[in-house]
Amino acid sequence: MNVLVCVKRVPLTGGKIVLTDDARAISTRHLGFTISPHEECGCEEAVRLIEQHGGSSTVLTLGPPEAEEQLRDMMAIGIDRAVHLVTGGSEEWDPQATASAIVEAVHNEPEPPDLLLFGNESADAGNYQVAIRVAHKLGLPVVTGIKGISVIDDGRLRLEQEVAGGRDVYVVPMPAVVSVKEGINLPRYPSVPGRLRAKRKPLDTNTPARPEPRLEMVRLALPPGSGKQAQVLGGGAEAAPAVVTVLAELGLV
Amino acid sequence: MSVLVFVEDPADELSQQALSFARSLGEEPTAVAIDGGESYAPAAWGQALAALTRERGPSVVVAPGTDRGNEVLAHVAAELDLPMAANCVSATPGDPFTLTRIRWGGSLLEEARLHGSPALLSVAPHAVAADPADAGMAVETIAPAGEAVVKVSERVQAHTAGVSLADADVVVSGGRGVGSADGFAVIEELAALLGAAVGCSRAVTSAGWRPHTDQVGQTGTKVSPSLYIACGISGATQHMAGCKGAKKLLAINPDAEASIFASADYAVIGDLHEVVPAISAEIRKARGA
Repeated sequence: MNVLVCVKRVPLTGGKIVLTDDARAISTRHLGFTISPHEECGCEEAVRLIEQHGGSSTVLTLGPPEAEEQLRDMMAIGIDRAVHLVTGGSEEWDPQATASAIVEAVHNEPEPPDLLLFGNESADAGNYQVAIRVAHKLGLPVVTGIKGISVIDDGRLRLEQEVAGGRDVYVVPMPAVVSVKEGINLPRYPSVPGRLRAKRKPLDTNTPARPEPRLEMVRLALPPGSGKQAQVLGGGAEAAPAVVTVLAELGLV
Repeated sequence: MSVLVFVEDPADELSQQALSFARSLGEEPTAVAIDGGESYAPAAWGQALAALTRERGPSVVVAPGTDRGNEVLAHVAAELDLPMAANCVSATPGDPFTLTRIRWGGSLLEEARLHGSPALLSVAPHAVAADPADAGMAVETIAPAGEAVVKVSERVQAHTAGVSLADADVVVSGGRGVGSADGFAVIEELAALLGAAVGCSRAVTSAGWRPHTDQVGQTGTKVSPSLYIACGISGATQHMAGCKGAKKLLAINPDAEASIFASADYAVIGDLHEVVPAISAEIRKARGA
């Protein structure tokens, strides 16, 4: 089977987000980059499916030239090849434009994917819709928020989704679009030989034109702070009696 | 201006919040539910709502910012080729619609313009207060569209033991500072004494020390206990997105500059491996055990 997994380069935010002067992006001067957590699991799942069933895995991103770093990272954990839809500048692509660019790239693939994997939502924008839009344009079934994928003997997919009180099961034919959530697996770390192999794996690039956004980001803002001033109960083990006093006030002891 | 609101269940607080949000946009909204029986079918539900939208021509369609709310609305958006804004906290009608929505699980806000009509908006959980009177809201029920290819075919019941993380009244969580899987023994001991659930940060699940089901955060479980005890957790935005619903937060960390303290009500500066066992011992002493 052929599996295509879509990822997005995002900054590794720490404890405090700082915005650029124009408030249209996160200041990344002191930050590294990664991909959204759900998508890391999507790549791991793609590698496992190909290990089990044979075939080929492809990682695709729509992002700036620097996003090649994330594509190489995912090829280092075992993805076979990459497609980079290179964007210019720092302008954001809205979900409709992103989905259209991905659909065009899928049409250009030498072999159509049997399974398209996405993260349930990106870590940064969190629009919750690109996978569904891609599925509609390709006329494929789509299931979101999946935490378990298995291929049934007849070639259909059994998909498990966590819901309150248990798991909902979907059975769909391939080709299909599936978005996954972190927890579906524990992604492996890239090995040194894996990193070396990744440097030589094929990477196709294309430069799609960005349409006018219909969900147009105007500016970003930090939410008002908690306004909390923590009461310091002490340092080290000597703080224990003061902690228990607080627990007693809260009715816990 | 007319407003359609997709509700999952009138008894559900987030559906009631979606109705309150819709009401703030103008006229009295029409609440719509899909008669799906036991079998949820996202595309068929979205198509039914899209057909109703075509027929009624509302200015806005609102959904709760839940898994299903966002999913059904995204199907409507794809079906009608309209833009959609997920997890809004406020909106102002106009051409274009202007709105504020959350990013990074609530660590950042985005002001945006939505170019398309009707405006498709989902409502960030707890952005507006629910009106309890809406539990008795009049709901128009429509049938899902056609025979669904994608539908829930089976529900596997979870067999859970102990306190569920999402519903726990007290959560004791460990981060990278715990140091190892075995290091969680002190966290588990304190949690047992308080009848609390054990949680952890993403660094812990990535290291394989705890299962993902224990992870609190943007991509884990979102908790809202009356007390959250964060042990050896630095306070990355990823983690805070999952525990900001806690009424009180006690942070234990050796680094007085750790960002977790900016969100804490109570602070203990110290190594959790000394502080946590001392708290457990003090609780036993107080209980006379």
